[in-house]
Amino acid sequence: MVLVLALGDLHVPHRAPDLPAKFKSMLVPGKIQHIICTGNLCIKEVHDYLKTLCPDLHITRGEYDEETRYPETKTLTIGQFKLGLCHGHQVIPWGDLDSLAMLQRQLDVDILVTGHTHQFTAYKHEGGVVINPGSATGAYSSITYDVNPSFVLMDIDGLRVVVYVYELIDGEVKVDKIDFKKTTTTQSAH
Amino acid sequence: MIANGAEDEEKWLAAGIAGLQQNAFYMHRALDSNNLRDALKYSAQMLSELRTSKLSPHKYYELYMRAFDELRKLEMFFKEETRRGCSVIDLYELVQHAGNILPRLYLLCTVGSVYIKSKEAPAKDVLKDLVEMCRGIQHPVRGLFLRSYLSQVSRDKLPDIGSEYEGDADTVVDAVEFVLQNFTEMNKLWVRMQYQGPAREKEKREKERSELRDLVGKNLHVLGQIEGVDLDMYKDSVLPRVLEQVVNCKDELAQFYLMDCIIQVFPDEYHLQTLDVLLGACPQLQPSVDIKTVLSQLMERLANYAASSSEVLPEFLQVEAFSKLSNAIGKVIEAQPDMPIMGVVTLYSSLLKFTLHVHPDRLDYADQVLGACVKKLSGKGKIEDNKATKQIVALLSAPLEKYNDIVTALKLSNYPRVMEFLDNATNKVMATVIIQSIMKNRTQISTIDKVEALFELIKGLIKDLDGTFDDEIDEDDFKEEQNSVARLIQMLYNDDLEEMFKIISTVRKHILTGGSKRLIFTVPPLVFSSLKLVRQLQGQEENPFGDEESTTPKKIFQLLNQTIEALSNVPAPELALRLYLQCAEAANDCELEPVAYEFFTQAYILYEEEISDSKAQVTAIHLIIGTLQRMQVFGVENRDTLTHKATGYSAKLLKKPDQCRAVYACSHLFWVCDQENLKDGERVLICLKRALRIANAAQQMSSATRGSTGSVTLFVEILNKYLYFFEKGNAQITSSSIQSLIELITTEMQSDSTTPDPATNAFFASTLRYIQFQKQKGGAVGEKYEPIKA
Repeated sequence: MVLVLALGDLHVPHRAPDLPAKFKSMLVPGKIQHIICTGNLCIKEVHDYLKTLCPDLHITRGEYDEETRYPETKTLTIGQFKLGLCHGHQVIPWGDLDSLAMLQRQLDVDILVTGHTHQFTAYKHEGGVVINPGSATGAYSSITYDVNPSFVLMDIDGLRVVVYVYELIDGEVKVDKIDFKKTTTTQSAH
Repeated sequence: MIANGAEDEEKWLAAGIAGLQQNAFYMHRALDSNNLRDALKYSAQMLSELRTSKLSPHKYYELYMRAFDELRKLEMFFKEETRRGCSVIDLYELVQHAGNILPRLYLLCTVGSVYIKSKEAPAKDVLKDLVEMCRGIQHPVRGLFLRSYLSQVSRDKLPDIGSEYEGDADTVVDAVEFVLQNFTEMNKLWVRMQYQGPAREKEKREKERSELRDLVGKNLHVLGQIEGVDLDMYKDSVLPRVLEQVVNCKDELAQFYLMDCIIQVFPDEYHLQTLDVLLGACPQLQPSVDIKTVLSQLMERLANYAASSSEVLPEFLQVEAFSKLSNAIGKVIEAQPDMPIMGVVTLYSSLLKFTLHVHPDRLDYADQVLGACVKKLSGKGKIEDNKATKQIVALLSAPLEKYNDIVTALKLSNYPRVMEFLDNATNKVMATVIIQSIMKNRTQISTIDKVEALFELIKGLIKDLDGTFDDEIDEDDFKEEQNSVARLIQMLYNDDLEEMFKIISTVRKHILTGGSKRLIFTVPPLVFSSLKLVRQLQGQEENPFGDEESTTPKKIFQLLNQTIEALSNVPAPELALRLYLQCAEAANDCELEPVAYEFFTQAYILYEEEISDSKAQVTAIHLIIGTLQRMQVFGVENRDTLTHKATGYSAKLLKKPDQCRAVYACSHLFWVCDQENLKDGERVLICLKRALRIANAAQQMSSATRGSTGSVTLFVEILNKYLYFFEKGNAQITSSSIQSLIELITTEMQSDSTTPDPATNAFFASTLRYIQFQKQKGGAVGEKYEPIKA
């Protein structure tokens, strides 16, 4: 059982002062094995904070990030899964699933994690899964109205990944989960 | 002489102890054989060692303790003797025959103890006799120890309430009288020490006096523990007598120590009820006494007392503690015009803490204290002294910690005035403390006057005080500072939209004074706060009866335009471009076509004139295309102009792969899924074909310069775009064009001159898999894909 935290679009301090208190109290160091972050932190303090939660931190560049040297895309393998990470402002039209599917084919990954729209989605298609963890702070977005703070926790176990999405709605944390199984017949390139 | 002093003292002490022990030995022999006469003889000789003048108090004490232990044994013997029939009165008489006065008095006290225990005379009579006889010793050190001995042996024999020694003739009044007299005499002796010896040894004397102070203070402890000393007795006799001695002795050391003792020993409720008297004594003390420490101690104790239970609070009100204390402080400061600033601030700091604990709801009191502090500090300019500055920070932090709510602290009108006295660096530190308090408590600031008050307090962070930028500040520190201001801006909020607009305008006014270094931190949060407001206004129905003054999205956009413009002074074109595009999208949502067009124009101008770095251009063009793709508000002409420009920029990017990708991204500009009239299949195809041409050119360039044609990944990307539009129903994209593209890629990949690239292979493979999958879906989709052979 491997826990992967996926979050992004915090936009601290441009659009939000900090992570919601209820999220902060849930995210304690030592429980998570990997963090993947879609970008737009935007400042070093947020980077340092995430590093304290888990030293294995992967970040891709968002268009407001102070650190311009984060990569545009990143791929990593966790257990049986190949994951791809990209902020998403590079994929036009923004939030369009078919265009994101193209990026997924290009990166050749089972799970693609992108952000930018601040809207949580988890979508399964023949090529795999596309996940958007939303905005962890509920930051303003020109694309999505009424953004609720959200983040995703993936539990990777063998050929199965359970995606838990945590959303802060009206002051309460609500959890939902989605199951994905990777079929062994899906041929990922070696 | 002085160098040998310590050595000599050791010798004398050793000699004294030896003498003492020798006589003690003989004394014991006498005790064992019930030989009273010899016992008295040797005990007197033993006690003669205490007649020495050669020992410092520290060493004398050692000698004294041994004598004390021996006297306990002697006392037991005396008790036995009285049981054996010897009259205690006779004994009392007998010991007075000792040759030297000091041994005589020690023996007398010892017998006195037995006398009182025998109850053959009222305790008070014996005590009175003893305390007066001790006057015979006027040497300070010897006298202090003697009286200390008297105090020790009489301790459990005072006629206190409920004690066995209480009687008709003996009351607690007598007990108190005895202790007070002993105390008074001891203090006199102690003060006299100050004047013994040459002037140059003053420091040494003061040190020695310090060592003896507890002997004097002990009497006050005893008084504090007498059960019968209730509030009335304390008020009527104990405190006045003690204070009289304290004031009249006119000795700095004694006064400071004894005032502190009084405060520590007696209960806080007593202090409250005698506040007038206690405070009244303060101005009468020597000017060199550190009265501020005394007062601070008192206030701290009272503050803790108040904090211990809410039931005691009414008492404070009843005795008007606050006004008495603040008057007393005022008088003390006036009486000591040379008091250093740190002292003044410490006093006010203690008073403020006291006020916050005792009268938490009386903001006016707290403000009064700050005001008095300001008055005393006025004319001094910025405080240079570090210690004083620290005290001022402590003074200012107290309300923040107490109220946990900056809004309350903002009501203290004198708060910013106190901050004026801090030097620039400390001012900023204090400002940061304030912001941290807000962030920690997640306080929302929601009216203009509070915002104004807050920005007044943190002005050290908002702009350069004194008009000059602090060059010495560390860059990281500066960033942290400004980021905290940015976070703060997020906390300024009001549900009422008019009020919110006023807040935004106020904040804008302030941050524009910040200078170009600060704008990149402060403008973005302000912009996003404004955009949030626009969105809320959108949700509201347009009020046809609304007056000219009311807030509209248009007004906010005007403000935004001017605000983002300020970034050109920094300059920060990339940031400004992003912000203009955000505003354009918001204007689109409000259906304000001219406004949206204006924002796009500004963004394009920045792109053309200010953004020259290739990487920055690539990101910028994607942001432009992505935003433009979402615009619904533009009429045909405007849309065409903007689209034409965007495709133009795309084709002119420096690197061919970047050009290719930007151009095929532009294809989406001609196909907006939910609007039929924005689906121009032909122009989509033109874009894709142009992208293909660029990909080809890239290959040729690569072949010319490197000998191989590089990877075919661009072609695979374009293929995917073909599939995208094919599926969406663009009639211009035929299955045969897709087929040809597939064959082209296959050929290229198999060609020797192509660099093999596993990533590209995988991409192509998954694309083909996708086609297969679509074919297998069946239905309309399956049919569409049928002609394509992978």
